[in-house]
Parts: sequence; structure tokens; C-alpha cells
Amino acid sequence: MKSLEDLKKLREQALKKVEMREGGKDYRVVVGMATCGIAAGARPVLNKLVEETANNNYNCTITQTGCIGMCVYEPIVEVFDKNEGHTTYVHVDPDKAIKILEEHIGKGNIVEEYTVEAARKNEGK
Amino acid sequence: MPNYRLNVLMCAGTGCTASKSAEIYDEFVKTLEKYELSNEVNVVKTGCFGLCQKGPIVAIYPDNVFYSHVKLEDVERIVSEHVYKGRVVTDLQLSDEDLETKEKILDINKIKFYEKQERIALRNCGKIDPEDIQEYIAMDGYQALGKVLSEMTPQQVIDEVKASGLRGRGGAGFPTGVKWQFEADQPGDEKYVICNADEGDPGAFMDRSILEGDPHAVIEGMTIMAYAVGSHKGYIYIRAEYPIAVQRLKIAIDQAKEYGLLGENIFNSGFDFDLEIRLGAGAFVCGEETALIASIEGKRGMPTPKPPFPAVSGVWGKPTSINNVETIANIAQIIHKGADWYSSIGTEKSKGTKVFALGGKIKNTGLVEVPMGTTLREIIYEIGGGCPNNKAFKAVQTGGPSGGCLTEKELDTPIDYDNLVAAGSMMGSGGMIVLDEDNCMVDVAKFYMEFICDESCGKCSPCRIGTKRLLEMLTKITEGEGTMEMLEEMEELCYEIKDTALCGLGQTAPNPILSTLKSFRNEYEAHILEKKCPAGVCKNLLEYYIDPDKCKKCSMCARNCPVECISGEPGKVAYVIDTEKCIKCGTCMTSCNFGAVERK
Repeated sequence: MKSLEDLKKLREQALKKVEMREGGKDYRVVVGMATCGIAAGARPVLNKLVEETANNNYNCTITQTGCIGMCVYEPIVEVFDKNEGHTTYVHVDPDKAIKILEEHIGKGNIVEEYTVEAARKNEGK
Repeated sequence: MPNYRLNVLMCAGTGCTASKSAEIYDEFVKTLEKYELSNEVNVVKTGCFGLCQKGPIVAIYPDNVFYSHVKLEDVERIVSEHVYKGRVVTDLQLSDEDLETKEKILDINKIKFYEKQERIALRNCGKIDPEDIQEYIAMDGYQALGKVLSEMTPQQVIDEVKASGLRGRGGAGFPTGVKWQFEADQPGDEKYVICNADEGDPGAFMDRSILEGDPHAVIEGMTIMAYAVGSHKGYIYIRAEYPIAVQRLKIAIDQAKEYGLLGENIFNSGFDFDLEIRLGAGAFVCGEETALIASIEGKRGMPTPKPPFPAVSGVWGKPTSINNVETIANIAQIIHKGADWYSSIGTEKSKGTKVFALGGKIKNTGLVEVPMGTTLREIIYEIGGGCPNNKAFKAVQTGGPSGGCLTEKELDTPIDYDNLVAAGSMMGSGGMIVLDEDNCMVDVAKFYMEFICDESCGKCSPCRIGTKRLLEMLTKITEGEGTMEMLEEMEELCYEIKDTALCGLGQTAPNPILSTLKSFRNEYEAHILEKKCPAGVCKNLLEYYIDPDKCKKCSMCARNCPVECISGEPGKVAYVIDTEKCIKCGTCMTSCNFGAVERK
């Protein structure tokens, strides 16, 4: 290391690793990881979310939670914003996870078609 | 670099290691493998979280969940429930009780122990992996060093430290910037800097925790210090009884060298600095700076008269600055965030924060860092949780063997260097030992005097002989052979030792006696005049007695008595202790199920 610039670069790299321990992000993305969620494929979703967030520096932390009681819609991913407003995405798979990050976290647009409201409408409820 | 979704942080400080945190770490690694989670979850060994009473502590991020008293068999549950399924294992969670609503508090930031704290020296302890320089760099590590070497002159660095108001955290509270100025003003280009990590006060462990939890902060601070005073070589003098701290320091020094942050031409500035660890054998006197220097030079650790001060003639006869670990751990933060920020914390004459090691009769034993000016009451009751088992608070001993005892009256004193001295104690390195109604103050004074007698190097007679005489008198008092004249004699001798001893060890050695004599003279008098120990500690002054009304004649006490001095008849005659034969071991008292045995 020969300059402050080098240190800055190294810091940015290293920060990714420890950053997720610190809160203070705009969004909190929570994946349902109870038995029902895992059985429905929540783990690859969770891993994809972590990977994409790190690679693209999305402004969010990824955490997991237990069963929220809508097992039929698993895998469920909830996105909380800073004001604790939240959006519930259902039947998420790794591809949908990428799109949620791109649109919702990246641009602030809710992906309406994946939400629980859309799913229920389709089912005629 | 793999992207972990979860970080499991495990305290690997000395306290938690003693309660098997290393085995628990291995168990986490093994269990995560079993669940095929090794690629997703990172297990990190980190430094002390401060709440040693509740250890071993495991923190899970980003969920911000803390588990306390984790045992080997809990690992499987934490992994299968929390890590795998995201369900927090609430019964293992670290919690606090709201004093008013009695509701359980689980939010780590709202727990009283942490809420009142402000962490500067301990900021990375329990948050980063101390064996990974990258984590330190991620937390703004080495930024201050970069700034100093590329943008500041040595004098500017000294001025900044002066302006911050930082004072030595080792005990005496000498202004750090002024100390550096003395050395910088000396002629010649062979100068040294030393980090004093010879932490020796009974009950103090803040320096150890900083070295174990954030060794790079000390390395960075020392490098800045060296640049400011014009030194190219530094020593860290640490006692060999701190193996974990030594190990982490070694790793940190190697990593810093590998990254070019230590060694030649740091940050391309042309500044060279090399750092060496010197192990001490754990002699208390070696914390005194001239004795420490002698020990580094390979001589017997004995103090020499001052002047000359180390800033003029220190190690190898060259100008030397010695600072304590905690002082040095503050340096990088002061440079990084500025003197204005630092001096905005604390009181008028004592700036910043101070780390205290809370121990003794207190619920939350551990390490706390609070702004100067926090009151003893806040530390002992709000952070420390008060005395356990509803016992009454009696005193708090601060400053170790050089300090004194403060009582209920002084609880609302805002803590800073000057207030503590005015109250008859001193800041010392920050040990805080809480004493309750079961502690005998004469016995406490005797404990410290025994310590001093053991640790006195013997070079000067006031300390070598004087403290021995003090101990003899104290022993006589605790054995019921004291006289009132002894108190006068003791006091006189104390002042004489203070005035004539060679170094700080001897000069402060009488403080525990003087302060207990001042605040607890009645206890001394009870020992002498009534031949009683009010707290029931001093064995020779105790008498055990069985209340015949409470005695159920069960014979339990008699059967357990090792000297068979209790007589009676099971079911018929109440038991009586023959006080002539009794050795005052207390076995009868603990074996009685009805509380019939009393101690007087």
C-alpha cells in the first residue's frame, strides 16, 4: 500500500464483507426461512439475494425470518423501507429475486405482479 | 470473497475463552458444515463485548441478535432454529428487564448496559475480527495514519492531540500532547515510543480487551505517535500472562507489515517505523515507566529517580514517550474525527471517555466505556445493575492498589481525574471493584497491602519496610490485637511513605488504608475496641452461635463439623457450639437448613 487512494480502494472492498453487520440501510429484505419456506425453495432465493446485493451494492440488508403464516405463498420475501412500510412478494424464485432487487431496491418501483395482492387477485379472492 | 448472508460473532476475549468460547466456535463451524451452511454463514472470532458476566456471548448479524451464556449444547439449536430457519431462540437471548414496566427488553441498543455507553477506545471490540486487518480497514482503520503522513506535520499532530484534551489513561492523567511535545523538543534523531501494556491492577482488564479486540488501533496510534515525536522504533511492553493479546498483536504487526502500514517508507512518505513486542514477567512495578524501561533494556525491573524524565532520557538513554494502551487507542479516532469532536465529550478538564472494568459485588461484571463526567451511580446502578442478591452497597474501590474507596456519599460525583482525587481516590487505570455489606473494609485494605508487599521491588526502604509494617499492623487489627494507638501510628507511617518513596508504587501504596481510615474509621474501631468484625469477615473476631429456639435438633451441623465441637442430642437436646474448640470454618452455618446458626 503506497497511498491514501490504495487504502480507500481496499476499504471499499473490505467494507462489503463487514457492512452487512451494520444496519443503516434504506431497505431491509427479509426472507421467510421456516420449514415451509425452505421446502418451497427459499434458500436459493436467499443466497441469490445476498450474492446480487453484494455484487451490485444494493442499499439493503438481507435477513431471514420464520414462518409468517401464509405458507401457501412461500417462498415469501418482504421488503421493508425506512419507514417500515412493507411489500410482500410471494412465490419468489431466484430470477424474480433479481428483478425485485433491480426494480424495488435499485429504482424504488414496487414489482406489482409479484406481490401478494396480485397473487390473491389472480386467484379471484 | 464469498458473500455471507449471516455473520456469527463469537467473543474470543480471555473471559469468554475461559468459559469455552473456543470450543463453541469449533462447534459452530462443525454444525454449520453439517447443515451445509458453511458457504452462507461466516463465523468470526471477535474481541470482548464488555458484558463478561453474561458470557460466552454470540452475536448474529445483520439480525442484531445477541445470545448470552451460550453452552456447547446450545449451538445445534441456534444453528437449526436461528441460522437455518430464521427463528430467534428467545430463551437464550440476552435481555434486560425494564425496571418500571418489568417488560423484557431484547433490543441490544436499548439494553441498559449498552445504552449509557459511548465507545471510542472499545469501538471495534466485539464488532470486527481482530485477526483480519481488512476488517479494521473497513472500519476506517489506518485512515488517520494516512492523513497524518500525507497532510500533517509532526507539530500539527501534536497540536491536534493537545487540543483534544486527551490525558493519560494509565492513571496519573498527564496531558498526552504535552508529553509528546517534551520528546519532540529533544535534540537527536534516535527516539523511542513505548506502549505500556503492563496492566497490573487487580481487577483491571481494559487494556487486555483492547489489545485482544482491536490490536490494529494500538499499532496505528503508536505509528502516529512515533511520527509526531520523531521516532522510528517502538516497543509494546506487555505481560506474558496475556497470551491471547500477545498472539493477536503478533498477527496484527505481521499483517500491518505485509500491507506496508508498518516498516519502511509508510504511505510513500519516507517515514519508517518498526514495532517490537517485549514480554514482561508480570511484575506490578514494571508498569512504572522507569522500571518498565529498565525491563525493556534487559535489566531488573526497578524504578530510577525522576528527573531525568523518560522524555529526556528513556530507553537506551534516548528520549522516549510512554503511553498506556487505552490512551493510544484513542489517538487514531482523534485524528480521524478531529480534536473538536473529541473535546466535545467529557468534562471541562477531562475530555473524552474512560473505560472501566467493573468487578466485585455487581450484577453485570464487565467492561464499560462512558463519557467523563458520568456519575458513579450511573455506572454502578444503571449500567452495572447494582449489587446482586439485594445486598446493600458499601463502597467502590477505584484506582487499584494506588486508589481508594468511595462511599454512598460520593456516588453522585461526576467521574473525572480531578474529582476522584478530590474525593480521596484516583482514576487509576480504571478498575472499579464494588463492595457490599459483606465486605470488611479493614480486610480490603489488608488485601491491597498484601499485594503491595508482594510487588514492592525493594529498592527504597520506605516502600520495602514501610508497607511491611503497615501490613503487620493491619493483620493485628483483623486478629483482634489492635490498639487505638496503632491507628495513629499507621496514619503517620502512611504519610511518611507517601512523602519518601522512590516511585509511584510506593507513593500511592498507602492510599487504600488512608481512604478506608477516612470513610470507615468506625469499622477499624469496632475491630479494636469491640473485637468484632461488623461484616463478619475477619475469622478471629467471629463467633458462631446456635439459636436454641430455631434449632430443630436435626444434628446436621454436628455431623458436618470437622472438629466435632457441636454437641446435642438428635430430636431431644438443642445443639450448642463449644466456642473454645470452634475453628470458625462456617460449615455449620451452611449445613443448617433452618437458619439457626448465627455469626456474631
